Amino acid sequence: MEFLVASTVGLLTAAGVYLLLRARTFPVVLGLALLTYAVNVFLFAMGRLAINMPPVITATSPGYSDPLPQALVLTAIVISFGMTALLVVLALRAYLESDSDHVDIATDGDLKGGPH
Amino acid sequence: MPMYSLILRSASHFLLPLLLLFSIFLLLRGHNEPGGGFIGGLVASAAIALYLFSMDVKAARQVLHIDPRELLGWGLTLAVLSGVPAVFWHQPFFTAQWLTLELPALGEVKLSTVLLFDIGVYMVVIGSVLTVLLALADADDARH
Amino acid sequence: MRPEVALPILIPLLAGALSLAFWRSRAMQRGIGVVGTGVMMLSAWVLLYTTWQEGYLVMHMGNWPAPFGIVLVADLLSAIMVVLAGITGFATAIYSLATLGKRHEHFGYYPLMHLLLAGVNGAFLTGDIFNLYVWFEVMLVASFALLILGGERAQMEGAIKYVTLNLVSSALFLSAIGLLYGLIGTLNMADLADKIAQLEDPGMVKVVAMLFLVAFGIKAAAFPFFFWLPASYHTPQVAVSALFAGLLTKVGVYALFRVFTLIFSLEDPFTQNVLLWMAGLTMLTGVLGAAAQYEFRRILSFHIISQIGYMILGLALFTPLALIGGVFYIMHHIIVKANLFFISGLIYRLKGSYELRELGGVYRSHPWLALLFLIPALSLAGLPPLSGFFAKFILIRAGIEAQAWWLVGVALLVGLLTLYSMVKIWSEVFWKAAPPSAGKTPEPRTRNDALLYLSIGGLALLTVLIGLGAQPVFVLAEQAAAQLLDPRGYIEAVLGGEA
Repeated sequence: MEFLVASTVGLLTAAGVYLLLRARTFPVVLGLALLTYAVNVFLFAMGRLAINMPPVITATSPGYSDPLPQALVLTAIVISFGMTALLVVLALRAYLESDSDHVDIATDGDLKGGPH
Repeated sequence: MPMYSLILRSASHFLLPLLLLFSIFLLLRGHNEPGGGFIGGLVASAAIALYLFSMDVKAARQVLHIDPRELLGWGLTLAVLSGVPAVFWHQPFFTAQWLTLELPALGEVKLSTVLLFDIGVYMVVIGSVLTVLLALADADDARH
Repeated sequence: MRPEVALPILIPLLAGALSLAFWRSRAMQRGIGVVGTGVMMLSAWVLLYTTWQEGYLVMHMGNWPAPFGIVLVADLLSAIMVVLAGITGFATAIYSLATLGKRHEHFGYYPLMHLLLAGVNGAFLTGDIFNLYVWFEVMLVASFALLILGGERAQMEGAIKYVTLNLVSSALFLSAIGLLYGLIGTLNMADLADKIAQLEDPGMVKVVAMLFLVAFGIKAAAFPFFFWLPASYHTPQVAVSALFAGLLTKVGVYALFRVFTLIFSLEDPFTQNVLLWMAGLTMLTGVLGAAAQYEFRRILSFHIISQIGYMILGLALFTPLALIGGVFYIMHHIIVKANLFFISGLIYRLKGSYELRELGGVYRSHPWLALLFLIPALSLAGLPPLSGFFAKFILIRAGIEAQAWWLVGVALLVGLLTLYSMVKIWSEVFWKAAPPSAGKTPEPRTRNDALLYLSIGGLALLTVLIGLGAQPVFVLAEQAAAQLLDPRGYIEAVLGGEA
């Protein structure tokens, strides 16, 4: 179980970093999404993996599963959901504006700076 | 971008009120059981998103009656203000305040600042999801 | 029960919500913009005064006891930062009244500005490390939307780089939080500080510390993680640039100060050496980058980076005097840097360009503006008797006492190169005759210019006041540094006392 989760996190991170380095807006968006998934799964695993355990400690239960990381992950998911939505809007606008999905759109803008 | 699917279109007319009712149910049962403002808001915005896909942007805006950004603003205002009453009892912000009412038909009803907060969250979620969604749909319309 | 602690967060949150609710009324949004930031600044001053009088202020949100619920904590450093955020926010609100067009206001400038301030203040005041992450993200969302306000091409490009690198930093931050929770099982910063000493595995703690260093280093634009800053800061509206320049990177610096004084110890030579190198190289690369630029706001952006180096130096030397210097430097820098961006915007308004080559003759046409520029510019370079002189003086003195000779050398050299940059701007923009092919036609002069002069003059006055009244400011920074050096007080205030 630990091995499975650990290798999933590794795989997601690797895929996320690879996509980030493509330097095209859509792969970058996907890469960031994968990276945040990786982090979320990792965060979840930090509460220790426990199956069929209650989230509260009682006298009879053999153990417990930590409910706090789940709350943290939920928060992180909500935040990354909002971020991704914004990023998609931005990527779409940038694409429509410049007809290119490369992250380094401008060439003249770099030298002259400023949009004005 | 409307998809002219007759089935989807007629189905969405029935689904919209049903889903909205379900979202309010989720919102209210959130106190002791799974549910709450966030998930309720997501269901409600999914309902309106479905309507948007089957009809068009204009119709979706009409269903909402109010600009999603204004909804977002009022929701956030409500959520922030729900934390304030605690101060009058000399407790820290966002300490939950409860009021139990005995109503003739319904029995015991508990009202709380937590519920106000949840309603605020419900509005914020609908407002923010639809702001983004309608912006994307508008951008898409502008292309065609 | 101390409501003062929560007010600097709740007020901008409420103001932002209300200005969203009155989406259609421009006058309403502008009114809420000024009143909201003004009230927030007042609440910040009250907070600073109370913290000065009574020491740590703690509030347990929702009345949940300390290691379980989220706490808001104000020590002197937090209170100082909140006051600076209030000043910058208020000045920016006034400045934006005159500079933002209808179009930008319609895209939600004011709600976003309030949201940004709420995020910044939340990050300064929270006592919970996961909550710190949440406030970072609030700030990031708002800054991201502000950055693309207006939607021009260069803005899009800058924004994509900005948001990508910042999201990567958030991912690192979140994994660091996860590791810390896995190791210790708590998220409350005071509780973490209390329990981290009992860990048997110092190697793991070092790994987590480095993860935090990278995450906050990206946010603070420290070497070698600063690339997003010069790519994006010169693109948005000037009011937005100024707000970012004043506050955003400083939140990263604040987080470094907080985490590396409270949770991780800098007595470990490895961590300290990494921070020292980071500080020196950040100073150098920033100022060298600025030397190559000929665009007003790009020069200023690169100088933000080099100034961040000074602040990190104050933390990295980790002597009482160095921490005082670091805190003093933050106070001085936020006000000066926001002001320089304001001035660049005013000059753009007068002359229609940010390019130094296309500008000129401002001294002849606006001598008072030239004087107003000289105050923050010379302060940035560290000339007495302005605020920057004392900030640099304390830091260099601390460096000499710690016998970090090469860092003292770097700090002096960077000061000199900063002076070079400022003189370059002075001679190109103000002194030389206006070139015949002077860019676009200047915008028509309006009565609103008074508002610009008001915010620029106000901040310049503060710079002079910090310089002339350096003694009380020094005492304030001294107290703040003393609290940073003794984390026991923080821990006891959070875990011991009842709200």
